[in-house]
Amino acid sequence: MIQTLFGSVEPGFLDRMKEAVTRTRENLSERLEDVVSFHKEIDRATLDDLEATLIGADLGTTTTHEVLDKLREKADRKQIKDVGELKRLLKEELLAILTQGGPQPVQKVEGEPEVIVVVGVNGTGKTTTIGKLANVLRADGKSVLLCAADTFRAAAIEQLEIWGTRTGTEVIKTRPGGDPAAVLFDALQAAKARHADYVIVDTAGRLHTKANLMAELEKMRRTAQRIIPGAPHETLLIMDATTGQNGLQQARLFTQSSGVTGIVLTKLDGTAKGGVVVAITRELGLPVRYVGVGEKAGDLLPFDPQSFVDSLFE
Amino acid sequence: MFENLTEKLQRTFKNLRGQGKLTEENIGEAMRELRLAMLEADVNFKVVKDLIEHIREKAVGQEVMTALSPGEQVIKIVRDELVNLLGQDTARLKFASQPPTVVLMAGLQGSGKTTTSGKLAHWLKKGGHRPMLVSVDVYRPAAREQLKVVAKAVGANIYEGEVGDANTATVERLAKEARREAVNSGCDVLVVDTAGRLHIDEQLMEEMQSLKSLLNPQEILFVADAMTGQDAVKSADEFHKKLSLTGVVLTKMDGDARGGAALSIRHVTGAPIKFIGIGEKYDALEPFHPDRIVGRILGMGDILSLIEKAEATVDKKKAEQFAQKALAGDGFSLGDFRDQLLQVKKMGSLQSLIGMLPKIGPFSNLKNVADKVDEKEISRVEAIINSMTPHERDHHEVINGSRRKRIARGSGTTIHEVNQLLRQYAQMRKMFKDMGKASFARKLAGMKLPGM
Repeated sequence: MIQTLFGSVEPGFLDRMKEAVTRTRENLSERLEDVVSFHKEIDRATLDDLEATLIGADLGTTTTHEVLDKLREKADRKQIKDVGELKRLLKEELLAILTQGGPQPVQKVEGEPEVIVVVGVNGTGKTTTIGKLANVLRADGKSVLLCAADTFRAAAIEQLEIWGTRTGTEVIKTRPGGDPAAVLFDALQAAKARHADYVIVDTAGRLHTKANLMAELEKMRRTAQRIIPGAPHETLLIMDATTGQNGLQQARLFTQSSGVTGIVLTKLDGTAKGGVVVAITRELGLPVRYVGVGEKAGDLLPFDPQSFVDSLFE
Repeated sequence: MFENLTEKLQRTFKNLRGQGKLTEENIGEAMRELRLAMLEADVNFKVVKDLIEHIREKAVGQEVMTALSPGEQVIKIVRDELVNLLGQDTARLKFASQPPTVVLMAGLQGSGKTTTSGKLAHWLKKGGHRPMLVSVDVYRPAAREQLKVVAKAVGANIYEGEVGDANTATVERLAKEARREAVNSGCDVLVVDTAGRLHIDEQLMEEMQSLKSLLNPQEILFVADAMTGQDAVKSADEFHKKLSLTGVVLTKMDGDARGGAALSIRHVTGAPIKFIGIGEKYDALEPFHPDRIVGRILGMGDILSLIEKAEATVDKKKAEQFAQKALAGDGFSLGDFRDQLLQVKKMGSLQSLIGMLPKIGPFSNLKNVADKVDEKEISRVEAIINSMTPHERDHHEVINGSRRKRIARGSGTTIHEVNQLLRQYAQMRKMFKDMGKASFARKLAGMKLPGM
């Protein structure tokens, strides 16, 4: 699973040279011709290959073409003739996008709980991610309270409760169909009274195009702010790695209504690469905080830009 | 917002009129635009390549028709080709000659299997069937509980059974018991909701295969998220290889994803898309219409979606009153105009609304207008109208210079802006009144809407 994140290393420039030299010795005239034509080929075929790789990983045409244009410029300037070197430069380019400074979680006031709100469209893995996140924080010796503010989806509260039991965290809930802002209010009050370190808020999945549901998120934000200064300190947008270009629009609209501060990329244990987060970071500067790589409590890893970029080329 | 494909194609063909045939050269640029549009809509890049090749072959050598512009002609070829690929099959389920019919739901995590199972049960009930639901998802926390709530909501029978260990043996036992229960309680369709699984999870894919041989289902439906990107081909292909899918349900189509995954999945599996999910309510399951989604994938607008959206948010009675007033007699007042703006605001951003319209024919300028109009503009217009007296709203002709000054001051705008609004209002009012005179239907028919 996780191995897909750490792939085999591309043969370096020196290896290639060595190889080329050995082969050249074998049949000088023939090999030399190959190498020369190979260099000429870098422009078209190689770039087409790289384009297919990036688009195939869901980076989208705009981001892909921008990145490749920059790469072409650099390659021209530095007179790069080697494919491995070209790939290295491309990875550098992508890394630069992914590691640009983005919004940071708001610093919490000492002695107050830190509030993490989890948002996203339906079926991306919000509740599962919350279970895993609680697990990480509990392992770190923190006290955590879960808030079941998804009062809409059938059995969402039960699902969170099972995660609560698994991770030894209490769940504050209301009846199905109740007001999410009200249960958030209760949870934050409880967290304050109990001096909990963290409150993680599960919200109902919603399509970003539903204006009334997005307004509900805004209301929840205001509720949180009233009870705990600076809350929510972190708002995580859960993004399914299989998501295509629509992910960008999701990120835009969720950021507008709920002030997203970071992304969790889930289901990265499949074959999807999750490249849309490059497009998202490029446009909105939102950093990826964690990646989900399975259904177990331990399957949440801090985002590692380097291995993520490597995985795009596997 | 994506620039509209039709617009782009029109542009690339500007100089083509008068040339006899579509050739490799003169459609080259168009094919590049088409490729980008499909990629932006998340059609898999390999599928795009195949499709473009195919379309190119079809297009090259065709005589340039006089009735259509070359751009429209290519659009027509593309549209026909894609509609053809997606097929005409709609919501037809195969039923067993000897009940119960078994429908097996398959798909990745979070694609919407449980919700779709509930919708399907609802749909079956409406069609006079007696569906029974069973969840064999013993893995995800509260998954079986979820289906129970869903079953209750749609009033369908459910087989709950006892769960022991969370393993394949339990899954198989539950499936067998549910089938027996369906027979005993006179249910003619058994819908089996399964755990979400990755196509590369061999153990769980084997479980699906054993469920298939155990239940011998008439339908194996692959539930896929309309927002899926390039990976759609891999997951669909793998599910198809292991299970021979009989159909696809595309979920979350009520969002604004272009839904290119539909093409990808159909291309690699050949399985027809039977239903689309268009909302969270249990009746939000619809038969699939290829022509509608093709328009959406190509960015040619989706008038029907727009109408549906408008219907969902607009106060029907008010809208009818407005239409009557606007088309006949004295025309609509500034107060009516404001109410309409508020309705538009309720529907969501102007840009996203405009995005659903085809940007050709009567709507060609709307996109430019929408780009210029920022959403604040609506609030400004609202403020201006709010600053008028009721009398002024009903009788715009009384608004003279000093009244304009007062209105501008009251709404925090300038006289210029007030003038502008009044001018626009007068134009629109006249336009609507004219429409009322000429047969509106005839006018509409006169508007050419290629692609619709």
